[in-house]
Amino acid sequence: MTTSNRREFIKKAATLTGYSVLSTVGLLNSRIALAEWVANNFEPSSMDQVLKNVLNGKPVVDSDEIHIKIPQTADNKTPVPITVQTDLKDIQSISILVEQNPVPLVATFELSSTLEPFVSTRLQLMRSSFVFVLLETENIFYGAKQIVTVSEGICGA
Amino acid sequence: MSSIKIRSKRLDGKTQIRALITHPMEHGLNHDKKTNTLIPPHFIHTLTVAHNDKIVATSYMGMSISKDPFFVFRLNGGAAGDTITIYWEDNLGNSDSEKHVMS
Repeated sequence: MTTSNRREFIKKAATLTGYSVLSTVGLLNSRIALAEWVANNFEPSSMDQVLKNVLNGKPVVDSDEIHIKIPQTADNKTPVPITVQTDLKDIQSISILVEQNPVPLVATFELSSTLEPFVSTRLQLMRSSFVFVLLETENIFYGAKQIVTVSEGICGA
Repeated sequence: MSSIKIRSKRLDGKTQIRALITHPMEHGLNHDKKTNTLIPPHFIHTLTVAHNDKIVATSYMGMSISKDPFFVFRLNGGAAGDTITIYWEDNLGNSDSEKHVMS
């Protein structure tokens, strides 16, 4: 009981000091306050919980205009390249999620209007899973998914 | 020696920025075979890209990104002499940045 209280206290103290520092520097506007790295999103948890955190109450619409380029089969020891590209306008951020990974949220890229809605990176897949891509606009999310079959690495075992 | 390598390439009206970062990206689930203990997590959590000192992309990532992470971004426009700065920070408090001048 005492430990949990202490933890709560430390957490609150940390956030309070964080906010006061930010506000004194004058950086505290909603965009930047939201844009902190949220440790909760990147902790091992279920897909549903992470989705709820990422979507933040906005609806999701499936879209055919999101082009995901990812190999259909992969090995669980090697990095998997993924490229996300779209013709949709006014994209604020691109999130990549892997359903079966212990930490489902891979990354969130917040892109300004100077950048194309395009991102490419390499990720790790633990086992066969759906890969979800969510594109954030002002009011809704656009989503697309693709399945990747992962085989156990035999070489180098 | 910086841990970041940046390359830029002019496409048709766009600029492709590629960044390769040397980083172990340990996700905290790997076992050390010699001591049989878990290797503690060590990964980059924030990466920012700035074009001419103006931040154009901020990315937050977890441990599902592969070792030695690689990113590609595409910039609308971009001219010779523009600067691209990439900065990263990891969960152990390390950070690094690299400046690149477009040719």
